[in-house]
Amino acid sequence: MKPLHLIPDDVNIPFLKFRNLFYIVSLLMVLASAGLFFSKGLNFGIDFRGGILVEIKTDGPADISALRDNLGSLGLGDVSIQEFGAADDVLIQLQRQDGDEKAQMAALAKVTDALGENVTIRRSELVGPKVGDELKEAGVYSVVISLLLIMVYIWFRFEWQFAVASVVALLHDVVITIGFFVITGVQFDLATLAAVLTVAGYSINDTVVVFDRIREYLRKFRKMEIPDLLDLSINSTLSRTTMTSFTTLLALIALFAFGGEAIRGFTLALIFGIVIGTYSSICVASPLLVVLRLKRKIPEAEEGQEAKA
Amino acid sequence: MLYFTKWKAALVLLVCAFGVLYAAPNFLPAGTFPTEASYLPGKQVNLGLDLRGGSHMLLEVDTDSVLRERYDALADSIRTELRKEQIRNRPRDATSNGADITILRPEDVEKAREISRSAEPNTELSGEGNNIHVTYNAVARKELIDRAIAQSLEVVRRRVDELGTTEPSIQRQGENRIVVQVPGLDDPSRLRAILGRTAKMNFHLVNNEKTAADARATGLPPGTMILPSADASDQAAGIREYLIDRRIVVSGDNLVDSQPTFNDGRPVVSFRFDAAGGARFGDITSKNAGRGLAIVLDGEVISAPRINEPILGGNGIITGQFSVQEANDLSLLLRAGALPAPMQILEERSVGPGLGQDSVEAGEIAAVLGLVFVVAFMVISYGRFGIYADIALMMNLVLVVAVMSILQATLTLPGIAGIVLTVGMAVDANVLIFERIREERRNGRSIINAIDAGYRSAMSTILDANITTLIAALVLFSFGSGPIKGFAVTLAIGIVTSMFSAIWLTRLMIAGWVKRSRPTELVL
Repeated sequence: MKPLHLIPDDVNIPFLKFRNLFYIVSLLMVLASAGLFFSKGLNFGIDFRGGILVEIKTDGPADISALRDNLGSLGLGDVSIQEFGAADDVLIQLQRQDGDEKAQMAALAKVTDALGENVTIRRSELVGPKVGDELKEAGVYSVVISLLLIMVYIWFRFEWQFAVASVVALLHDVVITIGFFVITGVQFDLATLAAVLTVAGYSINDTVVVFDRIREYLRKFRKMEIPDLLDLSINSTLSRTTMTSFTTLLALIALFAFGGEAIRGFTLALIFGIVIGTYSSICVASPLLVVLRLKRKIPEAEEGQEAKA
Repeated sequence: MLYFTKWKAALVLLVCAFGVLYAAPNFLPAGTFPTEASYLPGKQVNLGLDLRGGSHMLLEVDTDSVLRERYDALADSIRTELRKEQIRNRPRDATSNGADITILRPEDVEKAREISRSAEPNTELSGEGNNIHVTYNAVARKELIDRAIAQSLEVVRRRVDELGTTEPSIQRQGENRIVVQVPGLDDPSRLRAILGRTAKMNFHLVNNEKTAADARATGLPPGTMILPSADASDQAAGIREYLIDRRIVVSGDNLVDSQPTFNDGRPVVSFRFDAAGGARFGDITSKNAGRGLAIVLDGEVISAPRINEPILGGNGIITGQFSVQEANDLSLLLRAGALPAPMQILEERSVGPGLGQDSVEAGEIAAVLGLVFVVAFMVISYGRFGIYADIALMMNLVLVVAVMSILQATLTLPGIAGIVLTVGMAVDANVLIFERIREERRNGRSIINAIDAGYRSAMSTILDANITTLIAALVLFSFGSGPIKGFAVTLAIGIVTSMFSAIWLTRLMIAGWVKRSRPTELVL
């Protein structure tokens, strides 16, 4: 049996020809994401906002509207009540209460009292204002620091054009993934932040594979025009890029479908991020090298060695 | 490159064998392996609270109140010295920033400074004009706080131990925080109730000159204070507050035991004093028959019975409107002792046992299905080499489990997601290598040459690609908390082990195949 080739061996797609189209599409997506982020904003979970979350299991299908009346009358501000994966599973969320940590505690006690004995509390989380602020801070730090470290690493291994292009692609992925969260309203909590960082790692991984090939071809094909060389590099690695994205997506789809409600948002972020990361490493990062005027710069000594290879 | 020296091949196989050995306990009933020596296999992966169920609480000790109390005491002792020298002064409210005393006669200031400076070691003196400001130096402050935290840890441990759960973990975090993790706890509200209270209990006499209401109207007599009542029977009788003497007649520090019990069919809390406390209690109750004795817990009067007769044995009971649960909790708190300072619960995450079990099951199904998808797809795409990659993938999973068991790392729900993600990404190295071999074959290289070149040229790419992901994982580990750390751990371990399995193990298998069957055709 002949193994399946996702991408034909003689693939030759002129990606660079369409680069202006890609730039426009990407720019629109980035601008839309940024615009949405600043206008509509993320649906932050209690990890970052502070607040209370209670997941309950009811006997038989839950009466959401009765719950809403019951908990809404406690005077604890907005209470969000939604079905969570199953008809008898309900997620209750309260916004951060005015006042200090004690006020949060009191609110949680009120909610559990009001729910009474007929429901099972499967999970309860309380994040006080102090911890919420700290987690937000740590989240921002972790994103900034990992982006910086990745950039330093790429800089160290490649020419500066590669470092800039890969970081632009990376920011592109992170911003659009965040835009995805704004549009879908999927809650943004610690887990989804971890997903965003993983997307960053994955996206750079994808980009590096293509860049490695470009670097190799820069030495191998001395006479080729840079745009042609970039096209050739993208096409040579296209099979790998799609294969890896595909296997990763397969695993993630299994996780999305069967991994349980609690990590669904997290998995969704990863799935979206991997699709966008694959797109950006092919259609954004490499074409950007032309804009950044990548040049051949091979030291004389190395030239002799490379000629033999 | 395809040639393996004997010892290299042996080394690869040895790593695999160790992996299987150390991962095995996770798939066998607990206790199959003797676990005396920590370096021997036998340990299972640590399940996080989100998977096994339990409560996580982050507490903050109010260190300001520790300092405030100490500065209060410091101001008192300085004023005692000043009084001996007949230096007139006025205290100001102590804050956590230091003790402040105002000297009333300018000519005394010099001498007062001298006295204040030498009142206690490790203090620093400042303040302008006739104001004296004394603080502990940084070393002494740190020592004070450290001691308060150490005491708090001890009290928290005693309280949590009373719940009778297995393996609670109580650790200091940062300067003034304590993390409590109690696996397998059904009812977090109980934990909340016993951790959220300072449980400082003292006995005061109720003032017999005025009632609280009179005092509010006409001013407090010296040496008294008004405290709210927390006794439901008082509230029913319209008593909201008590006017009590400031002086502590017997302190809760003298308690040696406390038990929940019943009196006239109602839950009450019995207590017993040590010898000194018992003597004082006997003395006070003998001299003050007819007066009220206020039992003050954390600034509230929980009961204020009238002293009818001397209580000499050092035993007593507290009757309030307690439920059985409240009586249990109060006696527990009194047994475990008071916290040196109030604590606040900053964060709480509790997962019931049912949800944890569901999460484990969901995670297992997802992991197995993800694995099946990827395994099948690799065989479809790369035939024989795909099977090799699949064997390496399974080995990678075994290695991840083995490393997690050895390091006793904690597996969380996002951690399972990390493993599933690793399944997808671990084959990346093989995809890179195999795609490269395909290319090299298309360029007309011989089979052995192509395989050789495939591994060699894919190497730096694999390294670059994995290191960048590893950077993200490490940052997540250092900034993330709890479950997210679990994700970073499995992702990082998975990346490292996949480099071994995807590169060395597949190469060993391919080298063996090439050697055995000397292929003339490579279907890839």
